Amino acid sequence: MLRRLFKDFRFGVLPVPGRVIAIVFFIFLFVFPLITRNSYYVNMMINASIFVIFAVSWDLLGGYTGQVNFGHALFFGVAGYASGMLGEYLGWPLPATMIVGMLAGVAAGAVTCFPALKLRGPYLSLLTLAFPLMLVPLILYFRDYTGGEYGLNQLPRIAESLAGRYYICLILMIVSVLIMWKLTDAGSRYVRTGLIFHAIREDEIAARATGINTIRYKMLAFMIGGFFAGLAGVLYTHTQGGASIYMLTLTMSFQAIIWVIFGGIVSIYGGVVGVYVLYPLVYLSYDVQTFFENIHRAIPRSMGPLLNIMAFLEKLTIFPQLVLAVIVILILLFMPEGLAVLIRNKIERECPRCKLTNAAWRKDCRACSASLR
Amino acid sequence: MAAQLLIYTVMHGSVYALLAVGFSLIFGVARILNMAHTAFCVLAAYVLYNLVSPVWRIELGLAPAIIISVVAVTLLGMLAYKFVIDRVREHHGAVLLVTIALAIFAEQALTMRFLNTSASIDYFITGYTVVSGVKILNDYILILGMTAVLITAVHLFLSKTKMGIAVRAVANDTEVANLMGISPSRILLITMTMTTALAAIAGVLVAPTGLFHTPATWGNWLLVVMVIVVIGGLGSIKGSIVGAAVVAFVEALCIYDPLKLFGSGTAYLMSTFVLLAMVIVLIVRPAGLFGTLFEEEKL
Repeated sequence: MLRRLFKDFRFGVLPVPGRVIAIVFFIFLFVFPLITRNSYYVNMMINASIFVIFAVSWDLLGGYTGQVNFGHALFFGVAGYASGMLGEYLGWPLPATMIVGMLAGVAAGAVTCFPALKLRGPYLSLLTLAFPLMLVPLILYFRDYTGGEYGLNQLPRIAESLAGRYYICLILMIVSVLIMWKLTDAGSRYVRTGLIFHAIREDEIAARATGINTIRYKMLAFMIGGFFAGLAGVLYTHTQGGASIYMLTLTMSFQAIIWVIFGGIVSIYGGVVGVYVLYPLVYLSYDVQTFFENIHRAIPRSMGPLLNIMAFLEKLTIFPQLVLAVIVILILLFMPEGLAVLIRNKIERECPRCKLTNAAWRKDCRACSASLR
Repeated sequence: MAAQLLIYTVMHGSVYALLAVGFSLIFGVARILNMAHTAFCVLAAYVLYNLVSPVWRIELGLAPAIIISVVAVTLLGMLAYKFVIDRVREHHGAVLLVTIALAIFAEQALTMRFLNTSASIDYFITGYTVVSGVKILNDYILILGMTAVLITAVHLFLSKTKMGIAVRAVANDTEVANLMGISPSRILLITMTMTTALAAIAGVLVAPTGLFHTPATWGNWLLVVMVIVVIGGLGSIKGSIVGAAVVAFVEALCIYDPLKLFGSGTAYLMSTFVLLAMVIVLIVRPAGLFGTLFEEEKL
């Protein structure tokens, strides 16, 4: 067993640079709390791993199945609020509320998909956009139960210690990303969903003509998306210790889409890369600002234009959303396939004969020695 | 009460209709959902505020300031279309994202300069008129008049001029229009310029009423415009007018609450009801009341 694992590692992982990078990165994630004990940074990484689940669940629904959902925050928020309110008012234990919260996410997915089954394209996007926005006023109106603008506070947390929370979120993230990866794997011999999701995205009418019950599989996609987004929402609620209407805002929905598009749509790892690059960028904008300020002070007063540039950069760091908007525009214009996919295509190449991935700098395939040039 | 309801509907409806016509037109012609449409309004209002208000010490006269802000925002819209939107036009998801990014960019840039101050300038015409016991600000009457003039102008342009007929041809069938010697890319650029100009004029007109509290208000306005256009039918001018009236009436019902259904806090529920109306229309009749659905958009 161990020998087989070692063999897999030696011949399946080491020769492919993308997999090596992934392994190194996950080892880094596992030792991260040992590197720094600063709760500011550990909290950032906890949120990042939660948002990975959220972003990847959007990719499954919006990327793979092609149901471009502009209201993914609905599942996130509904699950968080359901879990929080059950614990607060009915006194249920934490694991029970979390499971019911996730099921609430699934239910939200089911409710969304019934009208969504009839629509496509911009109409679908507009419809899904409306749902979380309809819920926000209701939450404000029933403030006695939901806490209104202040949200629910002082909810139980999944673990008391910071490191405990970190590892629970990290492991759940890895497990759910692996599950979603397998579910969307079009070449899989065991699960058909991946292939069918692809078929629905490419041509729904053709998929239906070949005998696939597309309605059932679209519902399935919405429910799986709802389940994992619900998991993310529940984890977010119970690591922050509270639920707020921020979880249902447009910003939340769009963040997921921006992360996925940045990393690479229709590739599960794209969402992972997108979150781990962009989320710290926005989160650490305050640090960047102090960094710029220090440089600013170090510059001698005689260099006028440089001082102005630094002052402008400092001002930019107060508005990270501005930088994010520019990044989104540039990404969509110049590399629509996404950062992670672009890098992967640069460092890996598929063998034309046996379809095995090779490092791009090899002359011939590592299995069948066919020429790669 | 009936007079209040009616006047609210007409006055706010005219603002909404002005905003919605442009949004509807660009969708109808180019199938672009321009989420930055209301951001252009807010931008125009703030440019005007910057040029006119004594706070910023430029203090241009009103007429040149209005012309400058409308022209500048229209040019910005053209540039945004030419260099950003046009390149991703084929994929509707990318168009939605890129226009939202443009809107956020505009919002944040405005916040950088103005923080959260309201774009409030002096009324164009001070004072109010009393109509059957209800006070109406003269500015609202000006907006009503301008809306009527602009929408009539757009309608005449689309139905009488050669260019307008070309725009409608592209909206109907881009490929056949291209075969008949119309350049779709040029028509789309013209439509985009026209709709941005409409947005800018709307922003300038609305600025004195203080409806733009902060640069971030574009989101609320966008929501209203989207609902109107979906109810009326994406791409139909008649639809936007009817939709605007419907939405303004629902809002008026929520605000004055003649049946005393909700007690306090009805204002919160306003957007829920308005959005619910949109969802119902989308489910029952995706094309809206007066819109048309292309064959490839059906399922």
